[in-house]
Amino acid sequence: MTELKSGSNLEKVLRAGHFALTGECGPPKGANIEHLKEKISHLKGVVDAVNVTDNQTAVVRLSSWAASSIMVREGVEPNFQMVCRDRNRLAIQSDILGVYAMGIRNMLCLSGDHQRFGNHPQAKNVYDIDSMQLIALVKKMRDEGKFLNDEDIDVPPRLFIGAACNPFAEPYEFRVYRLAKKIEAGADFIQTQCIYNMDRFREFMKRAVDMGLHEKCYILAGITPMKSVGMAQYMAKMVPGMDVPESLIKRLKGAGKGKVAEEGIKFAIEQIEEFKEMEGVAGVHLMAIEWEHRVPEIAERAGMLPRPQV
Amino acid sequence: MIVADRKPLNEILEMVKDYKKILLVGCKGCVTVCNVGGAKEVGILGSILRIARAKEGNPLEVDEKTLERQCDPEYVSQIKDLVDDYDAIVSMACGVGPQFLSERYPHKKVYPAVNTTFFGGAVQHGVWAERCAGCGTCIIHYFDGLCPIARCSKSLLNGPCGGSAGGKCEVSKDIECIWDMIVRKKMEQGRLQDLLEIKPPKDWTTARDGGPRKSVREELII
Repeated sequence: MTELKSGSNLEKVLRAGHFALTGECGPPKGANIEHLKEKISHLKGVVDAVNVTDNQTAVVRLSSWAASSIMVREGVEPNFQMVCRDRNRLAIQSDILGVYAMGIRNMLCLSGDHQRFGNHPQAKNVYDIDSMQLIALVKKMRDEGKFLNDEDIDVPPRLFIGAACNPFAEPYEFRVYRLAKKIEAGADFIQTQCIYNMDRFREFMKRAVDMGLHEKCYILAGITPMKSVGMAQYMAKMVPGMDVPESLIKRLKGAGKGKVAEEGIKFAIEQIEEFKEMEGVAGVHLMAIEWEHRVPEIAERAGMLPRPQV
Repeated sequence: MIVADRKPLNEILEMVKDYKKILLVGCKGCVTVCNVGGAKEVGILGSILRIARAKEGNPLEVDEKTLERQCDPEYVSQIKDLVDDYDAIVSMACGVGPQFLSERYPHKKVYPAVNTTFFGGAVQHGVWAERCAGCGTCIIHYFDGLCPIARCSKSLLNGPCGGSAGGKCEVSKDIECIWDMIVRKKMEQGRLQDLLEIKPPKDWTTARDGGPRKSVREELII
């Protein structure tokens, strides 16, 4: 067995062939660390790593590196997210070194939502580099021990490199190639956009497997349980690149008053069961937005507990 | 060309509120082509300003002059004998014009009457769209003549991002996803392979990030 790239728990779990489970936690809109710790506590021992979002939807929040650092102290492994919207290559490399020094071992590389969606739409964005170049940059820093300008790094950051993939965005035909490109750039693992259209995802995975992408990278299927019919309708209509089939909305509506959330969880669990069997899927990324306290139950019912100790 | 939009009338009125006599200067260059600051628009704005001020009982004298170009000292100098007759100069050229005027006539107050928006062209009658970001190192040949720096909301060189839907950008339904166009063009022509290569980070030193730019052509310097 080759040497571990980062030694993160997530890397070890995946390397050992376990079906991984990652969670997600959004830092507070403020410095309310107690609230953050409370959210983290629900995920402890329940998932292999927790994504810490970086000013998600371009809304200012406690910084992802600080929240990730708090998570490390709380004994939960973070998957530090970084977007290219808010930092140039100097800040990016500096923060990469910073998070590694703080004990963070996983990093998800993203372009980031445009600031138009957020609470400071007047902001100037950066996009000095894009997510593809960010992946390649983290790999270069880790594997070559060099900055982007080829200067040597005194103790390179050893990070497990993650990237996102949206099989449901257009142009569809290109998405699998874009995934291949991210793997080529250096992604060790992939977390997909929330999956609701299972037919399309099956088709996407088949193409990924045919291209052998699952052998070069761990692909984690993204799941966000629907809490309400309103949420499903909002995601279907308002969130770009989200594919929510009408049949799912119908199913949620059919669950009846007070039972929609349970139906949403049931669907999520069915998805997890299918992903466990689906060729090329190495785990699940469970994005239970502001629903961290339900994650233990979902993980339990999906047969994902206890998490492997590696 | 450089595209501009006229500033809202109230903003222009606010700029000139303390003056009795102004020179409104148009430009026969880009702003004439995009119908915002040529002789015709100078005439229209001049009339509007006069009427608006007359209504307030505080008349404003507006003289009109449209120069060949405001981005050339030779033409800007043509009003040298006129400027001292006025309290202020209002330029209807792109952002270059009022600056050339301000540098040529440092003792005069110079105001912009337009907002300079972008380098672009008319995509239909009355509609202009951005095409170039003036980054100083053109790379559109990699993308079949389509520029992701200027036309992708995130200037992605390895797009499209996950927000592309129906050929539109996630930022607005009014924005075409340039990456959707690039990918489709490559696919239709059987050259998808071109897009599989990872484009490295761009060198922005030739863009505005390298500081204000200058283009020197030795052979033309007299």
